[in-house]
Amino acid sequence: MVTATGEHEGKIGRMKLRIRGVTFSYGSIPALNDVSIEVEASEVLGIVGPNGAGKSTLLRCINRILKPQRGAVLLDGADVSEMSMLEVARRMGYVPQNSPMVFPTTVFDVVLMGRRPHLSWRCSADDVKKVLEVLKALRIEDLAMRDFTELSGGQQQKVLIARALAQEPEVLLLDEPTSNLDVRHQLEVMELLRTLADEKKLVVVMAIHDLNLAARFADKIVMLNAGRIFAAGKPADVLTPKNISKVYGVDAVVSEVSGKPFILPLKPV
Amino acid sequence: MGGGVEVAAESRVLELYERFVSKKFLFIAGTLLLIVVLVGVAVTLGSANITVGQAYAAVVEATLEKLEAAVNAMMLGRLELHFAPDFDVPSKYEKIVCDIRLPRVFMALVVGAALALAGTVMQAILRNPLASPFTIGISSAAGFGAALAIILGVSLTRSTIWIVAGNAFVFAVLDALLIYGISRMKGATPETMILAGVAFMYLWSGMTSFLQYVGEAHAVQEALIWMFGDLTKATWLKLGVTSLIAAACIPYLVLKAWDLNVLMLGDETAKSLGVDAGRVRLASMLFASLLTAGAVCFVGTIGFVGLVAPHIVRMIIGGDHRFLLPASALFGAALLLACDTAARTVLAPVILPVGILTSFMGVPLFLYLILRRRREYW
Repeated sequence: MVTATGEHEGKIGRMKLRIRGVTFSYGSIPALNDVSIEVEASEVLGIVGPNGAGKSTLLRCINRILKPQRGAVLLDGADVSEMSMLEVARRMGYVPQNSPMVFPTTVFDVVLMGRRPHLSWRCSADDVKKVLEVLKALRIEDLAMRDFTELSGGQQQKVLIARALAQEPEVLLLDEPTSNLDVRHQLEVMELLRTLADEKKLVVVMAIHDLNLAARFADKIVMLNAGRIFAAGKPADVLTPKNISKVYGVDAVVSEVSGKPFILPLKPV
Repeated sequence: MGGGVEVAAESRVLELYERFVSKKFLFIAGTLLLIVVLVGVAVTLGSANITVGQAYAAVVEATLEKLEAAVNAMMLGRLELHFAPDFDVPSKYEKIVCDIRLPRVFMALVVGAALALAGTVMQAILRNPLASPFTIGISSAAGFGAALAIILGVSLTRSTIWIVAGNAFVFAVLDALLIYGISRMKGATPETMILAGVAFMYLWSGMTSFLQYVGEAHAVQEALIWMFGDLTKATWLKLGVTSLIAAACIPYLVLKAWDLNVLMLGDETAKSLGVDAGRVRLASMLFASLLTAGAVCFVGTIGFVGLVAPHIVRMIIGGDHRFLLPASALFGAALLLACDTAARTVLAPVILPVGILTSFMGVPLFLYLILRRRREYW
């Protein structure tokens, strides 16, 4: 199997997430049409596309929050729709765009919720240890006893990623992980995801608006347009002026900065 | 080396977390102690001159006697147990404590615990700090049921008290089932439940107003008094019924503590953690409503305990429902008993309905909480 990254070619037996011909519609409104994607462990996949292209819907279909009308999502060959909710929860972590947390809760308790698929009513010393490890890995130990609702957007995003990591997933799905963050936090979060993919051998799938961040940190890009895959492949092959113009209706200049495409949108066509 | 520093940081976080957990246990133990003290105070206070020692002795004796009778009744005569002690309490006081004060004290504890627990659950599943056991219209429905029995029935004789309570219970449960049905059809989101609940609340109070308009004056007055929320008519039998309903509802809710935690992160996240958000929300709503119905059907609507108790406890011990549920229940029990004891004594010999007093004490407390809030939530 030749992967888009080129770097990890030839290794076999790695975890694989396959999306095969997924079609989904909300009632009579079609959202996804025959979408097929393949990602492996240690890869970061960026899903880009204009608003309403189906990015979030695709993530929800992968995660079994939504059930596709046609097609299947396979985790190492096993059909996700045949797994129990708990089984999916043990293998896939999901970080939504925002968390509607109303009541004050400590960061520690939020991350501990990620252990829900693994624990019984009591949480063991092992669960507490896992939380400590994740907090440490994300360098947010000093936030542990702070109230989640009082944190900044960037800190909250990290805590939510920590919560998903406490699930010990093989696949990490993220919906717009950088949407509310300043430049520094954007880079921090993206670097974190890259490290998680490289070191923990996770499959990382993120829906993302920022084409430059996608170009820089993703191994593969899937460009969705009106529920269909318009283009897929390496960032440099997908993020071309022609594709951007067709999908977003925007004139853009694409140059190269340190080996990655750099996109400067100019004006709407 | 960096490694040493990191390990130190990790063990420091662990230490903080463990301290936080022991604080929760301490709060629960402290509230239990507070309840024991309050029971002593509540039983001692009153027109008869009972000493504190006699009060506790009588409480232990009467409670065990009632328990003994209940256990023996369930054994159907196959086995007779005798475990109630006989302390040397004057029989006059024993009678006052056993027949008058104790059922009322225990009723305050059970109703307070039930309302606080139901309030905690409602706030969690509706993800709304303003939610209470009555948010989906339970109290209005119970009020309508009671008014229907009182105004269309005869005056409150011994047997009609049970008809009124039964009617209140049935309508409260009916209200919960209607909300359940609508939520099943339209999606079990907090918004659907709250909107449907508000709509039904207006429907029930509208129908109650109609009954009051057409009813006879004395019946209308009785129905109004029922709605105040009063523990005066507590008896051992009513206490038993309310306790049994509570005992049937509480285990499910406590078992679902983790799911309630996870629901606070939003339905999508809950689902990604393997929790069927809609199902947990619907089932928890039914159990919390049943718990509320069992509490209000005998004593009327007692406001604010179910709203305020969860907030106060959450402020002190945080939002983990494994601790929050039992702690709220205990705190609600203590709060209602304190209010009722005050209601019996502030204007003695006049005994105020506790429902009036909880509002008087609850509103300033709540306003205080809102005014001192540091952020959007408190």
